[in-house]
Amino acid sequence: MKGIGTSGLILNEKLLFEHSAAGRKGYSLAQLDVPESTPPQELVRDEIPGFPELSEVDVVRHFTRLSTWNYGVDSGFYPLGSCTMKYNPKVNETAARLPGLAQLHPATPQSLAQGALELMHGLQGALAEISGFAALTLQPAAGSHGELTGMLMIRAWHEAQGRPRTKVLIPDTAHGTNPASAAMCGYEVVPIAGTGGVLSAARVAALMDEDVAALMVTNPNTLGLFEAEIREICAVVHARGGLVYCDGANLNALMGIARPADMGIDVMHFNLHKTFATPHGGGGPGSGPVGVTAALEPFLPKPVVVRDADNYRLDDDRPQSIGRMRSCYGNFGIMLRAYAYIREMGGAGLKRASELAVLNANYIRARLEGTFDLPYQGRSLHEVVFSDKNLANDCHTLDLAKRLIDYGYHPPTIYFPLVVHGAIMIEPTETESKEVIDAFCDAMLAIAAEAQDNPALLHAAPVRTKVQRLDETGAARKPKLKWTG
Amino acid sequence: MRYLPQTETDIREMLETIAVDDIEALFSAIPAEVRLQRPLRLPEAMAESELLSELKRLAAANADPDRYLSFLGGGAYNHFIPAVVDQLISRSEFYTAYTPYQPEISQGTLQAIFEYQTLICQLTGMDVANASLYDGASACAEAVLMAVRAARQRRKVLLSGALHPEYRETVRTYCQYLEIELVEVPFGADGITDRERLTELLDAETAAVVVGYPNFFGVVEPLADFAAVAQAAGARLVAAVAEPLALGLFKSPGELGADIVAGEGQSFGIPVSFGGPYLGFFAARDKDVRSMPGRLIGETVDRDGKRGFVLTLATREQHIRREKATSNICSNEGLCALTATVYLALLGKQGLREVAQQNYAKSAYAKEQIAALPNCSLPFAAPTFNEFVVETDAPAAVVLQRLAGERILAGIDLHRYYPQLANRLLVCVTEQNSRAQIDTLVAALAGGAA
Repeated sequence: MKGIGTSGLILNEKLLFEHSAAGRKGYSLAQLDVPESTPPQELVRDEIPGFPELSEVDVVRHFTRLSTWNYGVDSGFYPLGSCTMKYNPKVNETAARLPGLAQLHPATPQSLAQGALELMHGLQGALAEISGFAALTLQPAAGSHGELTGMLMIRAWHEAQGRPRTKVLIPDTAHGTNPASAAMCGYEVVPIAGTGGVLSAARVAALMDEDVAALMVTNPNTLGLFEAEIREICAVVHARGGLVYCDGANLNALMGIARPADMGIDVMHFNLHKTFATPHGGGGPGSGPVGVTAALEPFLPKPVVVRDADNYRLDDDRPQSIGRMRSCYGNFGIMLRAYAYIREMGGAGLKRASELAVLNANYIRARLEGTFDLPYQGRSLHEVVFSDKNLANDCHTLDLAKRLIDYGYHPPTIYFPLVVHGAIMIEPTETESKEVIDAFCDAMLAIAAEAQDNPALLHAAPVRTKVQRLDETGAARKPKLKWTG
Repeated sequence: MRYLPQTETDIREMLETIAVDDIEALFSAIPAEVRLQRPLRLPEAMAESELLSELKRLAAANADPDRYLSFLGGGAYNHFIPAVVDQLISRSEFYTAYTPYQPEISQGTLQAIFEYQTLICQLTGMDVANASLYDGASACAEAVLMAVRAARQRRKVLLSGALHPEYRETVRTYCQYLEIELVEVPFGADGITDRERLTELLDAETAAVVVGYPNFFGVVEPLADFAAVAQAAGARLVAAVAEPLALGLFKSPGELGADIVAGEGQSFGIPVSFGGPYLGFFAARDKDVRSMPGRLIGETVDRDGKRGFVLTLATREQHIRREKATSNICSNEGLCALTATVYLALLGKQGLREVAQQNYAKSAYAKEQIAALPNCSLPFAAPTFNEFVVETDAPAAVVLQRLAGERILAGIDLHRYYPQLANRLLVCVTEQNSRAQIDTLVAALAGGAA
C-alpha cells in the first residue's frame, strides 16, 4: 500500500501512578525564609494515598512518550469536518509567552493593563469587520459557550420586549451543541428539515409563529452548502418577531466573501480555534466570541472592553447585560493568538485563505465523487460530505476511517451530520498543499478498492497504531474512570 | 503567504479537475446581494518580525512583571511554573490535536486526561472527575445545574455570600431562565458563611448549598458542618475551590462530605494570562456520574486485550442527546488539564505539601506583620490559606493606588464586590513572594499612617 503510515518504534509507558517510588520528587523549592507555621491540626489532611512520586526525568519521559501516541496537525493531514484543523502558526505560540502578556494578572489595575485591553479591543474591531456585526463580546471560552451566551442574549431581548417566547427552530443538520444551548435558556427545541440539504424560506415560514424566539442556523451548513435563501429566511423570522442565530463554526468559507450580519443574522459566535488558527489543544482551550447587531448590544455579557479618547477600559455598568459568563474576561491567551493571526494575514490574506479552503474542498470532491456516494449535490464550500453507500462487502464509514489511520491520515468527521447515513465529512482547510491532498485522495480511492478486493484489511484496521480498535461498549458498561491501584 | 502552500500551477490544475474557470465560480451558490463588494478593512499583512514587534509593544504597555511586586489573588494565583511544564505541553502532538475522537491515534491525550481525572479525585477526595470545564466560575454554575437535575423536584439553591463574587454572578447568568431560585447566605463577622442563616434558609425545596473552600476571603470554611446540615435537609453540598493548592494542606472536600466539588485549576502550572485560558475542574460522587456535565475518559482494552483509553459515557453529552444533554459543553480546556497533570506529577506527594505549606507560612508571616501596623487590622479571625482580608484606615482604592505608584500591586479592592466593605482589601501571598517583598509591602502599607 502507498501512504505515509508505518509502524515506528512505539514505546510503552505505564500510568504516572504506576511509576512512583516513595521519596522521589521532580520539584525544587527555595528555602522557607519566614518562620515555620502550620494551620490547626484538625484542618490538616493526611498524606494523599497513591499521589505520584517521580523525578523530573521520569515526568519528562512519561509525557514525551505519551505525546508520540497522538496525531496532531503538525503530524499530518487532519481533515476533520466542521473542525477547521488548519495549521497553527508557531510565532503565535511565542507571542503568547511574552512575559508582559502571559504574566499579566487579571486584577491588575486597568491603567497598567492597557496593552492587553488594546489587543482585545483590536480583536473585537477585526471580528466586527469580518462579520459585519455592530458589537462583540470576547468572553465565551468556546463555541458552545458562545452559543449559550448568544441565546441568553436573544432570550433577554425578548424578555425586554415583554414576550419571552418558548421555542427555537433548529435544522436537522445542526451541531448537537445548538439544541443543548437552546435548552439551557429554557427553550423548547423544534427540529426543521431541509430540502436538498438546505433550508427553504417557505418551510421556515410554515413553522414560524409568535412563540418562536429564534432560528439557529449554520452557514455554510454542516453539509458544506451555503444557505442560499438566508436573506429570505431571516426576513421571514424577523417578520414574526423572531431573531436569527448563526453557528459560526464554518466561517472559514466566508472571510472577505460575505458577512453574516449582511445576510440578516442577528447573533453569531466565532470559533477562534477553528477559523483563526489557534490550536485545539487536544480538546481546548478554545474561544467563542459573539457578535451582535446594535439592537442586542445592551445585552452583551459584562464587562465589555471599550475605548475612551486615549484609554481602554472594562465597562461593567451595563444594566441590561445578561451577566457574566465566567470569571475574568475570556481566554485572553487564545484571543492574542487569533489577533496575531489576523495581523499576519491581513484582510487580503484572510480572503485568500477562504478561497483556497473552498478550492481544496472542491478538489477533493472532484477527485472522489466518482467513487464515493455524494448524497447532496449542491455546490460545496469549505467541506464536502460523502456517505458509505458505495463501499463494498459490508465495509462501513468506521472501517474506512480506521483504515485511513493505517495510511497515515487523521480520519474525517464520521457519522455527522446525522441526515447523511454513514457520513464522511471532509474539511481540508487552506493550509494543505495539492500534494498532500492528492496523496489523501489516492488513499481514499485505494481503500475503496480494498473494500472491493480485500475487505478484511478494513475490518482489521488500524494495525499500525499503538492500540487496535478499543472496546467502547465495555468501557461504558463498566466505567473505570480513574486509576485505583 | 507561508501558511498557504498552493502555487498558481497547483491552482490551475485543481480548477481544471473541478471543471470550473476560476475560484470565483466556486462561490456561485452565494447570492450576489450578500456578497461583500469591497476588500476587508483590516490593516495590511505583517511579516513575522513586524508582528513580534507589535506584540512586544502591547506587552510593554502592561505592568512589567519583573518591576512590580504582586500580591494579587482573588481566583488567579501567581505560582512558580517549572520549565518542564511548558516544554512538555509545547509538544505539538499534544497541542495541535483535536478532541480525541479517534482513540487509536489519541492515546497520549486520553491517558494524560485519565491521569488528570485520577489526580483531581485524589486531591478533592471525590469518586469521579470529568475531563475539564472552562473555568472555576462556569464549573460552579454547572455544579448548580447538576445538583438541581439530580434533586429532581427541588429548585432552590443557597449561595454563600463569601463565595467568589464572579462565581456567584456566573451561576446567576446560567440559571436566569431555568426557574431556579438562588438565595444568598450572608457571612458572619469572622468571614465564615453564617451557619444560623444557612440552617434557616434550608428547606424541602433546597437542592444545593454552595460554599467556597477556601472562600473568597481566603477563609477555610467549616465544610464538614455545612455538609452535614445540608444533607440533613436532603440537599447536596457543593464546594467551590478557587485555590486548589490549598488542598495540598487542608482536608479534602470529599473527606469533609461534599457531594460535588467544582473549582479553578489555574494554580497548577497555568500562567495568569490576564484571566484565561484557565481550567475548570469538576468532581462528584459515583451515584451522580450519569448526571455529570462534560467529557469522561475511561479505561478499556483493545482487540488484543491491551490497555487503552476512550471517551466514555457519552450518552450524557450534546452530540448524542442534543437538547436532553447534561450540558452543552463540547470543547473544554484539554491542554490546561494536561498542564495541571504535568505540574502535579512534578510536584508529587511531597512537593505539593511543601509548596502549600510555604504559601501558608508566608501568608501567616504577612498577616502577623500587617496586624501589627497601627493603621491596619485583620477583620476576619477564621483560619486562612494564602490570602486574607486587610482593613485599612482609608478607602482600599486609595491605598491600592498609592502602592501601585510604588510598584506594588497590593491586592484587590473588596468594595468592587461588596459595597459595604469600603476599607478592605484582599491580599495574597504565595511561595513566589520573598520575605523581603513581604516586608516591602508591610512598610508601604504602614506609610499610609503618616
